[in-house]
Amino acid sequence: MQSSHVFIVLLVLAIAAFVVGRVRVLQLRNAGQSVHSLPFYHGMYFAICTSLLPILVLGLWMVASHYTINSWVTSALPQDILAQSQGDRSLSISMIDSLAEKSNMLSASEIATLRAGGDAATTILTQHNIGLSQNPEAFVIDAALHKTALVQSAAWIISALCLMLAMLGFYYAWRKQSEDLRTRNIVEELFRYVLMAASSIAILTTAGIVLSVLSESIAFFKSVPIASFLFGTVWDPRFSAAGAEASAGQFGLLPLLWGTFFITIVALAVAIPVGLTAAIYMSEYASSKMRGFTKPALEVLAGIPTIVYGFFALTTFGPFLQSAGAKAGLDISPNSVLSAGFVMGVMIIPFVSSLSDDILSAVPNSLREGSYGLGATQSETIKKVVLPAALPGIVGACLLAVSRAVGETMIVVLAAGIAANLTANPFKPVTTITVKIVSQLTGDLEFNSPQTLVAFALGLTLFVFTLGLNVLALHIVRKYREQYE
Amino acid sequence: MDQKLANSMPRILAHDVNIYYGEKHAIKNLSVEIPDRAVSAFIGPSGCGKSTFLRSINRMNDTIASCRMTGEVLLDGKSIYAPDVDVVQLRSHVGMVFQKPNPFPKSIFENVAYGPRIHGLAKNKTDLEEMVVNSLKKASLFEEVKDRLNASGTGLSGGQQQRLCIARAIAVNPEVILMDEPCSALDPIATARIEELIDELKQNYCIIIVTHSMQQAARVSQRTAFFHLGTLVEYGETNDIFTSPKDKRTQDYITGRFG
Amino acid sequence: MSDINTISPHLKKRRRAEWLFRAYGLAAIIFCFLAVAVLFTSIISKGYTAFRQTHITLPVNFDASIIDPDGTKNVDTLMAADYQQLVKKALLDKLQIKPEDKPTRKRAMDLLSHSADTELRDLIIANPAIIGKTQDVSLTASDNVDAVLKGTIDRTVPEADRQISDQQLAWIDQFSKDGKITKDFNTKLFTAGASSQPETAGLWVAILGSFYMMLTVILIAVPLGIAAAIYLEEFAPKNRITDFIEVNVNNLAAVPSIVFGLLGLAIFINGFGLPRSASLVGGLVLSLMTLPTIIIATRAALGSIPPSIKEAALGVGASKMQMIFHHALPLAVPGILTGTIIGLVRALGETAPLLMIGMVAFIVDPPKSILEPATALPIQIYMWATSAERGFSERTGAATIVLLLFSFVMNAGAIYLRRKFERRW
Repeated sequence: MQSSHVFIVLLVLAIAAFVVGRVRVLQLRNAGQSVHSLPFYHGMYFAICTSLLPILVLGLWMVASHYTINSWVTSALPQDILAQSQGDRSLSISMIDSLAEKSNMLSASEIATLRAGGDAATTILTQHNIGLSQNPEAFVIDAALHKTALVQSAAWIISALCLMLAMLGFYYAWRKQSEDLRTRNIVEELFRYVLMAASSIAILTTAGIVLSVLSESIAFFKSVPIASFLFGTVWDPRFSAAGAEASAGQFGLLPLLWGTFFITIVALAVAIPVGLTAAIYMSEYASSKMRGFTKPALEVLAGIPTIVYGFFALTTFGPFLQSAGAKAGLDISPNSVLSAGFVMGVMIIPFVSSLSDDILSAVPNSLREGSYGLGATQSETIKKVVLPAALPGIVGACLLAVSRAVGETMIVVLAAGIAANLTANPFKPVTTITVKIVSQLTGDLEFNSPQTLVAFALGLTLFVFTLGLNVLALHIVRKYREQYE
Repeated sequence: MDQKLANSMPRILAHDVNIYYGEKHAIKNLSVEIPDRAVSAFIGPSGCGKSTFLRSINRMNDTIASCRMTGEVLLDGKSIYAPDVDVVQLRSHVGMVFQKPNPFPKSIFENVAYGPRIHGLAKNKTDLEEMVVNSLKKASLFEEVKDRLNASGTGLSGGQQQRLCIARAIAVNPEVILMDEPCSALDPIATARIEELIDELKQNYCIIIVTHSMQQAARVSQRTAFFHLGTLVEYGETNDIFTSPKDKRTQDYITGRFG
Repeated sequence: MSDINTISPHLKKRRRAEWLFRAYGLAAIIFCFLAVAVLFTSIISKGYTAFRQTHITLPVNFDASIIDPDGTKNVDTLMAADYQQLVKKALLDKLQIKPEDKPTRKRAMDLLSHSADTELRDLIIANPAIIGKTQDVSLTASDNVDAVLKGTIDRTVPEADRQISDQQLAWIDQFSKDGKITKDFNTKLFTAGASSQPETAGLWVAILGSFYMMLTVILIAVPLGIAAAIYLEEFAPKNRITDFIEVNVNNLAAVPSIVFGLLGLAIFINGFGLPRSASLVGGLVLSLMTLPTIIIATRAALGSIPPSIKEAALGVGASKMQMIFHHALPLAVPGILTGTIIGLVRALGETAPLLMIGMVAFIVDPPKSILEPATALPIQIYMWATSAERGFSERTGAATIVLLLFSFVMNAGAIYLRRKFERRW
């Protein structure tokens, strides 16, 4: 039985239990007893008693089964296989996996043919669409059969366990139920725990990010010293294909870091002046009618997926800059810093303007009126009173914009360069951290090589950096809001 | 008069109640007996703790995280803070009407039917309809809304809304009704109707009303409690409190020296 | 002495400064409008041509001796027949080319898409009765023919630098003179999967993949997000753990999306062993990414419900859960919907995390379940944008238009639902 089938059976049982619990308490009530909770809660009580534990068991098993079964299979492998290099071992394991997936469909005689090897074995592999590049060795066949057996028996054990727990739970509810049983309180208390668990997903996600990125980064730092990553000035990871000898590359972060910041600076040079002045105009000058159609225009800009901006930069803006530069006698690369940064800046404008708009409207009107009372013009009031008062909030908004620009991926993947240049010329291409994460992780690379793992080290750098910015910015904005509340 | 009230058994009995909001000591060592089938008024200046004490009678203070309390409140001789008391059940015995009329943004019918529904009081639909109509009649609102029971409760006038809230409170058959300044958001005519209603309701319920207006307390209540800075200064027959107060602070307040 | 009617010279300068300041603001807003306009014209002008596809009509003789020599009409036989030969014969007959003239034959065949034979096959499978008859069939033209007719290939360029020869041009002109070349609505764009030939590449796998992922997000992120928000807004005690959760939620909303992709790769694929490229994994990653947006929106919506309504419910003896589910949550629906749809639209257009979990894949057949490999609309845009063939360029634009249309429809839906559920209190 598959986990999904067990799950459906458990759901059906829960619904049945709900009906039983409800009907039983309705009988009590019709017999004239005063019942503490509504029949609905009695039904829920029954449903929960019946299905909660089995569903938890099933869920745990679904999460853990892949890892557990694989480690059982691996530990049962012959000694000489376990002693192989990591690359060879993972190759064997992937062969076992692909064979185990289809071994249900193989008859005993076919397995015997497979063991015998030769062309007959190859025919069987192609017949059953098993993606192996060579005939499996005996230990691979053994391990695959072992794995299939394990998977099947584990599935039966788990199904039986779940059904037993469901039965016991139903019996428990049946015994416990009475007109005085406060099922509403029990059900609601339980539900509160469910809500609490849901809110802990946020912590789990952060923990998941930190742990996964950190552990792969540590694996990377085992082969590349941390200092040569952080302070290296050359990025040349060398290509390493699956199975090939690992060739040593250079993983210097600095050119990527510089590229990221260069593009971010250009983007902010566009986004902050435009976004901020637009926000000032919208919150201080614009009539409600004008706001009525300007806000949607900004929301349209904000709602456009970044891949669309990237496509625009790649096919329209980059070539346009190049030809414009050629007319002016400038040599501008089609994927220059300027083009990627400018388009990214346009993408961030709505982000800056909507945050600043909120912040400006939080400035109390009494401050403005105080300034008008002294005979100041509107622009003087904004420049001398409103903006200084809103400064902390605006700084927070800008920091969030920096974090956004640093982490932006698709625009730079399409419109920035591939080569890691340390250049201060905005007409030349540079590359960024996010571009390199993408290029190191797409394509058929061996997962455990430093060439792949470096993506996680880059991801860690990115995460730590944006985390710092976000926490700082959110703190500033929050403090600012509290000031005027 | 005093004699007569003292003889009847008190419905609510508070003993040595202290309530704190965080650091603030809002109610200090309060003990009081509140009689059944009568209106008791709590008066006093703003922030004297009268609303806080009122809200402790149906444990509405439980919803405020920083609020702690010690002492005992007994309803019909049973402590309402005992661990086996279900606060939700308690609130079906002790109804509440709030300062601002707060009907649910649902139809008039649904507003009144909500309580009986969640407490499972009605056996079927006709039963429920009967309860709604009865409650509306008791709150003397039925005649005005009988043709538009499916109209939104928020579309009524302020006074009607407050009577709807009273109907909603009595629909669950409470024994006690707490009213937290029920007329402070209403005009004088609407206020007069509510006061009339309170006077009718006291034949069947124990009513406690917190009010800012001394005239209102004098008009509707049989007993009056005067609160000042978290203490119960004086409690007794309404007539006595207003004509011959024993405490100087009470006298200062009712003669308008402060508050 | 000066009275209020005297205008000091100083004031003139101040007035000018005021005017200038306003002008800056207006300029910024005009810049935004310009950006929207340029972006849309650029994308629409690049993409709109892809919605039409050139077809060449040829009289095809469905020769029974080639398709079904035994006359069994067995589906397997029909599937395996050599339709390429039918196409070839029809084309060569029409253009009067001798079969022995190999170079000319090849050039002629280049006029038609490589999928021409499968188109004939599908015709036969759908209607075996036409075997043995001759019929006019409209076949998909090749990418280059399409480009000539759409004007993307410049005829004035010398033949050597052109991707299409003078002879082929002559044929095309002959076809159009006979009215045998038609431009029809490009249905393949919406029904086909990945293909190395632009004229047979379509978005169906991507649309399906995006749909599955949105479904996963709706089923996972929406309930979880609302549940988390209810806990944080209504139940959570004010303590350090709650503060920590809050900081986490706010930070996660601003974590770069690519980092979520790394999480998905490390945990869902390497840890739990879920299949690479599956829309389930993509959906899970997007769910985690959307969760903070939904939590924040739901909290704001719950927080703006007047406390008097909550008190009223508690006052008649509703439990806290009943108060939330009967009163607070229904009133918060407009806010929750708006936030959820904004989150969904963002998830729909999100590309970077999906690159990390191997959704960049060449997938021809539509996925049958969320566990099978699929792509997504933005991924398809990325893949086409980085392809060299000219025909993919207009298809990238078309895919972008489709993606934008989907997000606009969703946004419009949000506005409609918000209006519908909006209530006053």
